[in-house]
Amino acid sequence: MAALDSDSDEDLVSYGTGLEPLEEGERPKKPIPLQDQTVRDEKGRYKRFHGAFSGGFSAGYFNTVGSKEGWTPSSFVSSRQNRADKSVLGPEDFMDEEDLSEFGIAPKSIVTTDDFASKTKDRIREKARQLAAATAPIPGATLLDDLITPAKLSIGFELLRKMGWKEGQGIGPRVKRRPRRQKPDPGVKIYGCALPPGGSEGSEDEDDDYLPENVTFAPKDVTPVDFTPKDNVHGLAYKGLDPHQALFGTSGEHFNLFSGGPEETSNLLGDIGVNKGRKLGISGQAFGVGALEEEDDDIYAMETLSKYDTVLKDEEPGDGLYGWTAPRQYKSQKESEKDLRYIGKILDGFSLASKPLSSKKVYPPPELPRDYRPVHYFRPVVAATSENSHLLQVLSESAGKPTNDPGTHSRHQLNACKRGELLGETPIQGAPTSVLEFLSQKDKERLKEVKQATDLKAAQLRARSLAQSASGSRPQPSSPDVGHCSWHMALSGGTATTRTSNFKPFAKDPAKQKRYEEFLVNMKRGQKDALERCLDPGMTEWERGRERDEFARAALLYASSHSTLSSRFTHAKEEDDSDQVEVPRDQENDVSDKQSAVKMKMFGKLTRDAFEWHPDKLLCKRFNVPDPYPDSTLVGLPRVKRDKYSVFNFLTIPETASSPVTQASSEKVPQHRGSDKSRKPSRWDTSKEEKKEDSISEFLSLARSKVGPAKPEPSPSVNKEEERAMESVSNKVVNKDVDSQTEGEGSRPSMDLFKAIFASSSDEKSSSSEDEEGDSEDDQEGTREADSKSSQETDLAEASSVAQASEPAPQEPAPFFPIQKMQIDEREAFGPRLPPVFCPNARQKLEAPLKEKHKKNKEKHKTKKEHKRKKEKKKKHRKHKHKGKQKNKKAEKSSSSESTDSSDSHSEEGPADLSPQELLRRTLLVYQLQAAWRCCQPDG
Amino acid sequence: MAFPEPKPRGPELPQKRLKTLDCGQGAVRAVRFNVDGNYCLTCGSDKTLKLWNPLRGTLLRTYSGHGYEVLDAAGSFDNSSLCSGGGDKAVVLWDVASGQVVRKFRGHAGKVNTVQFNEEATVILSGSIDSTIRCWDCRSRKPEPIQTLDEARDGISSVKVSDHEVLAGSVDGRVRRYDLRMGQLFSDYVGSPITCICFSRDGQCTLVSSLDSTLRLLDKDTGELLGEYTGHKNKEYKLDCCLSERDTHVVSCSEDGKVFFWDLVEGALALALPVGPGVVQSLAYHPMEPCLLTAMGGSIQCWREETYEAEGAPG
Repeated sequence: MAALDSDSDEDLVSYGTGLEPLEEGERPKKPIPLQDQTVRDEKGRYKRFHGAFSGGFSAGYFNTVGSKEGWTPSSFVSSRQNRADKSVLGPEDFMDEEDLSEFGIAPKSIVTTDDFASKTKDRIREKARQLAAATAPIPGATLLDDLITPAKLSIGFELLRKMGWKEGQGIGPRVKRRPRRQKPDPGVKIYGCALPPGGSEGSEDEDDDYLPENVTFAPKDVTPVDFTPKDNVHGLAYKGLDPHQALFGTSGEHFNLFSGGPEETSNLLGDIGVNKGRKLGISGQAFGVGALEEEDDDIYAMETLSKYDTVLKDEEPGDGLYGWTAPRQYKSQKESEKDLRYIGKILDGFSLASKPLSSKKVYPPPELPRDYRPVHYFRPVVAATSENSHLLQVLSESAGKPTNDPGTHSRHQLNACKRGELLGETPIQGAPTSVLEFLSQKDKERLKEVKQATDLKAAQLRARSLAQSASGSRPQPSSPDVGHCSWHMALSGGTATTRTSNFKPFAKDPAKQKRYEEFLVNMKRGQKDALERCLDPGMTEWERGRERDEFARAALLYASSHSTLSSRFTHAKEEDDSDQVEVPRDQENDVSDKQSAVKMKMFGKLTRDAFEWHPDKLLCKRFNVPDPYPDSTLVGLPRVKRDKYSVFNFLTIPETASSPVTQASSEKVPQHRGSDKSRKPSRWDTSKEEKKEDSISEFLSLARSKVGPAKPEPSPSVNKEEERAMESVSNKVVNKDVDSQTEGEGSRPSMDLFKAIFASSSDEKSSSSEDEEGDSEDDQEGTREADSKSSQETDLAEASSVAQASEPAPQEPAPFFPIQKMQIDEREAFGPRLPPVFCPNARQKLEAPLKEKHKKNKEKHKTKKEHKRKKEKKKKHRKHKHKGKQKNKKAEKSSSSESTDSSDSHSEEGPADLSPQELLRRTLLVYQLQAAWRCCQPDG
Repeated sequence: MAFPEPKPRGPELPQKRLKTLDCGQGAVRAVRFNVDGNYCLTCGSDKTLKLWNPLRGTLLRTYSGHGYEVLDAAGSFDNSSLCSGGGDKAVVLWDVASGQVVRKFRGHAGKVNTVQFNEEATVILSGSIDSTIRCWDCRSRKPEPIQTLDEARDGISSVKVSDHEVLAGSVDGRVRRYDLRMGQLFSDYVGSPITCICFSRDGQCTLVSSLDSTLRLLDKDTGELLGEYTGHKNKEYKLDCCLSERDTHVVSCSEDGKVFFWDLVEGALALALPVGPGVVQSLAYHPMEPCLLTAMGGSIQCWREETYEAEGAPG
């Protein structure tokens, strides 16, 4: 027990129960060794600990997870007679015995629950509850609670009690002197466990007087401050019917012990009634004076000053009402004590500082201008040209900043070069800032023009996009991080296809443009720090930041526009071709060839291209068609045939048309042709007119097909290098004497062709009739050729000699007909006049082994008539056709030099350089020829 | 190969207006006969496809499911399914009876101008302005086409299919014929953007209409010009052309509100049939009878020969 009496150790406070003193002769007990400290169940059996989370001391059935029944599931049987009762399992069904025991989680023994625990003893809670009850609309609701007093106390109470605490006391060491001034309120009178009842009124004054020295008092209990909000509409401090007074008046003092009304109410009102000692009646503001009341003087509560403290009081020691929750009398304390309110008592060894701590000086933030808006706007960078000066101005106004037009550069915008310029220094020659410096003046100007155009476009584009974005969403990503992320994202998508070539946003400043391009390249490589890397290290932080912004935006702009555009358009096929083929214009020529053919209504071979095309295997299956190329895995057009319109195809034709290929091919083709022919008359025999025209067109198409069988054919095997070289040389020649060559020389072979055609169709008259026409022109032809010849000879004497030496090779196939012989003779006779041949021959040799490849395609274009004359025709070039038509009017003799390779080689260049005029001329000739043929037809 | 002897007097041409159907589906983009000519399909600009009996004028079913206007449709050989393509870049395979979408093929990058079944309705060929023809497999569930024919350099305006060939007309002015049996691609240059192509019924010729207001009959095998037909007006629109049921006449829409008939052999204008004030957008010719369907505005017209009696109308 606590030592109370001894003066010496009055400061000593001892808690708890002391050990019983040892008896004499008894040996101290040995502590139980660790191994003996075992857990046993109620039957004394040893219990095994399985683990805190795996069952504790009880792990299922005989330390297994099983049960008595094992794992057999219970079977559910229910019949009409024997209904199975629905068993609802509660949590207890899954509990062990221990769980139901006293210390388990669901103890079965009867204990008082919290609801019935003694609240009366819990003063703190009680007070708060009563306070709430008193202010409640129906006061006294707690009355019943008060009557029922369960005996059970919480363990805390019991512990305290055992330590000597009594209810109503405060906790802490006892104090010597009773508080001097105690409020004469009934609530405090509960302390009167030490005081006799009824003696509270008079005792106050006497306390000081006869207090013995050795009497100590328990500290004052602390009343919790009630924070119950005011949730009613009564006036402040309104108190309804006080049931205590109504029922029992002030006589029921022992009730007061328990109820212990709120302090405020007792301060204001409670003491009045109590002090007057009224026996009976209902007091309260809600009621007037009853008929039974003998006194009605002070039923209306009168506020008198006497009820208030008029003197500043010292703090009551041991009161415990500190801090901001303290009653108002504490507020008028000394300054130093005021500070203490917050920290409590000053610890031993500490004293209050006499000098207040010097507070940190706080500088006020700068005052914002009135029209400041806390949103950052990116200032678009627009090149200051005359065209967009207005735009610049508008942009600058919207941004609220002066533009950086070249005249008013701030010093931040000057780099070393510009400063040097301003100072009049000569630029350093050693290291040019960009590649542009190396360009000649002319080139520079040209570049500048191009740049200005693109620049302007870019600026417009950018301005538009900026305006859109500005109008769409005012607050733009101002933080560099956000911007960085966004452009990085966008760029990573778009940079794969970015080309730095045509978008030059900083063309005005070459050094900057260079940095920008470097940045783009880095971006393309996927370097995250591309921006940082390419910036000029010599720049200031501000400049860097600005440039970083600009680059990012420019790249974003470019990437986005590029990607959106590229998603909308596919690449033009022509462009692809032009990548492969060096001379794209030949392709156009080809189209124009076709167009002219269309204009001439010469459909057929001229307008037809045939390609090898590989259908998908599945498509063949679905169409119930055998796969034409069972071995190939290719689908669509073979890729090597991309350059189908290139001039090089024409160049390869002389060889492909030559001997071994066509011999093999000619076997197949005639049948194909033949079927056409046999079919056609049957369809079109309705009118003679029709038939005649048909036959003409057939003839024409035959002629076309003959001379130009391989026009669309690919030349995958052609050595491009050679061709290019050859072309460059041949172009020179052609440029020199194009017209005379192409017209004069090229026109001849067609005679041969037509001879072949007409001979086979046993129509001699047509050729004879044409002979007369052709004679007149023959002379001219000869002279022209001579002219051209001479000029060429001088130029390319060596080349021609080489060519002539190699000429005989392709002509080796033996002639079938006398005509052929004659032609050869004639060719020999006119040999000197032949234009020189250069590369084609050389190429022929190289390509000889590759001829086989063209065999297949050749076959399709062969006709029956060709078959007869194929030997000589092989040498023909498709371009002869043009000349041939023209030549038909001319005499047979004029075709003397036609079949030579040299003429072929020249005519090869024809398609590339055919002028529209010439085409027109040829067209005319063809028409004449047709007319002539029509005249002949009726006779035959 | 027994070709009919052309009669001295032209065969009967459909010039009697039998019916005018207001389709109620916006502008009729295309009108197509089914395989036996008893029914017809109209492609509306209100995203619907309608199946009609044109002779009776009864609406049989409406197929809705396209996301944009329907531009072309075709029926399968067994009348069990339909395919259609439209401005929503999708090719749709329909079940005729239930009216449900069986498949929706997506992959074209542009409007689908034309769709065709192959002979066995196992493949749908669709030509689009993205300059590709895509061959969609109706048998498998693959979302990708079997093959994409991307040789054209401009939009595909018309596609026709025979048993082993695919004929395609493109705005780049070329007629391409993919011969699956030979494994060859034949490209005939016509010069002007091609609006419509078709095979002749005997499969020997191709009829090509182009934006230079000219129709050309080309020999299929050689590409030679067999005939030229002019007189109508076709400068802007993608108008249809076809051959009559026995290949005796060439028929074409015109922008001046008429349908032109030319004698195929002589090339002479046989009839200019006035349809209405607008542009004749589409037409379809009955596979067996001299019966013509034309589409103008939001309605279609059914034309029969003069001697035709409505009571004895088959189907």
